[in-house]
Amino acid sequence: MTQNVGAYAIPATEQKSSANPGRRIARVRRAKVLAAQLLLAVLIIGSWQLLTTWKVLDPFFYGQPSGIVKQLKDYFTQGDQATEFGSYWSQIFTTLREAVFGFVCGTVGGIVVGVGLGVSPFMAKVIGPYIKIFNAIPRIVLGSIFLVAFGLGQTPKILLSSVLVFFVVFFNAFQGVREVDRNVLNNARVLGASKLRIVKDVTLPSALTWIIASLHTAFGFAIIGAIVGEMLGAQSGLGLVITTAQNQFNPDGVFASMFVIAAITLVVEFLLTRLERRLLSWRPPSPTEAAAI
Amino acid sequence: MATQPVTGVPGARIEISGVTKRFLTPSGEVFTAIKDVDFEVEPGQFCAVVGPTGCGKSTTLSLVSGLDRPSEGEVRVAGRPVDGIAEGVSYMFQADALLPWKTVLGNVALGPSFRGVRRKEAETAARDWLRRVGLAGFEDRHPHQLSGGMRKRVGMAAALINEPRILLMDEPFGALDVQTKAIMQNELIGLWEQLRPSVLFITHDLEEAIALADRVVVMTSGPGSVKAVFDIDLPRPRGAIQDIRFQPEFLELHRQIWESLREEVERTYARTAGVAA
Repeated sequence: MTQNVGAYAIPATEQKSSANPGRRIARVRRAKVLAAQLLLAVLIIGSWQLLTTWKVLDPFFYGQPSGIVKQLKDYFTQGDQATEFGSYWSQIFTTLREAVFGFVCGTVGGIVVGVGLGVSPFMAKVIGPYIKIFNAIPRIVLGSIFLVAFGLGQTPKILLSSVLVFFVVFFNAFQGVREVDRNVLNNARVLGASKLRIVKDVTLPSALTWIIASLHTAFGFAIIGAIVGEMLGAQSGLGLVITTAQNQFNPDGVFASMFVIAAITLVVEFLLTRLERRLLSWRPPSPTEAAAI
Repeated sequence: MATQPVTGVPGARIEISGVTKRFLTPSGEVFTAIKDVDFEVEPGQFCAVVGPTGCGKSTTLSLVSGLDRPSEGEVRVAGRPVDGIAEGVSYMFQADALLPWKTVLGNVALGPSFRGVRRKEAETAARDWLRRVGLAGFEDRHPHQLSGGMRKRVGMAAALINEPRILLMDEPFGALDVQTKAIMQNELIGLWEQLRPSVLFITHDLEEAIALADRVVVMTSGPGSVKAVFDIDLPRPRGAIQDIRFQPEFLELHRQIWESLREEVERTYARTAGVAA
């Protein structure tokens, strides 16, 4: 057989002369995009700073980039005196711990229930409407109930986080299981696969694409759950720091914590993308991946 | 390809007698897919089924495999009535039934692995089968890295690795281009001659049916039933599929069967055109 898969035989001399300009063009293109991105950031932050300095925007309401930077410096350098509730790092860890716990519980629950219901069409039909109803409820309100039931500790925040995460993951896992190719399923059955092997070898890996796609959104929800829970009532955490800053009419404090949360989410996002690449390495490279943000 | 010793279990007889299959639509209406279907496939025979679109050819296959049960009548494989997934049956579909996250080797090894064969042995068998379908060296690729024809070869290896007594093929080459199709047909016949499973082969392509099969079953438009059965007495080995089409015996058979099939195709067409109008 003489099939060449992706093997191109370009003479060495030709390779040298033809590959280099292409690479240079690509590099220039990347540099241009990066420059434009930096310019945009400078433009936005610069005009924010200038407009508040000139009092076009009132820094009392809108904060000020220089003020936010100073606030961040205070938060991270003043040790135990940074907030009324202890060091800023301990606030971050509180929130992160709640979010991660909630994320893990919600994800595991979502996958188990989603795959379970997806595999059984009868149960899916029975439970389906209730799930829809529960999904229509503004679940963030459950935070109040959890707070009353479990007090000011970390439990209500973890619960709120998991509830928010659960639904995102659940819907994707459920859908993913139902999208499994009929032919592939029938083929596995005819080849003699047991029910358990079908779930392990066909259903779960097939739904994994969907589940992993949901994890990006899910972590955002986990953080929201933790922060809102803390805002409703807590003894420590970033949500509490934010409410305190709000009560002291300190917009710089609110913005500073907001950026810290954004940074945390970005780091987790990065780790999730790494995980995704690893688990889904079998997928063909998608042409839009480069363009994706 | 070098001739291999015949290792497979000899093919099993398939008897389909008086089989009717009705489906319940979600709105509660009864839809009859096939009605009183009657035909037999001898052990080791290559049997093609042709018929207009929607005449229940695929339904018939799923009844033989045990994925579905008949509403009336009986399907017997090797003398035993089919209830539940039948032993020693393999399926090949028009669309690939490969797992995209598994390598070529992993996909072919699925058959034995599902039956509890240890991983090492399953992979050894899979390697052997990949060599037999001419894909040695592609073990670590993923399906999306292969061409359509190569994916079909993987599918063939995956279907044959369990050495089935019955091979069910539902328009397996329907989506291939003409050249690749001809190559795959020749390879299928080569492998079939080594293993001799009974084959039930669904196709739209009458030339393909006559060139490959010992027996051609013509089905009527829906609800499908058997209109005629033709035994193809072209001698074997028949040589290249591309050449046999010009032999006078072939042309005569083609004329006879087409005569029978045309009426059904035209009736189906009139019906669907009537719906569209």
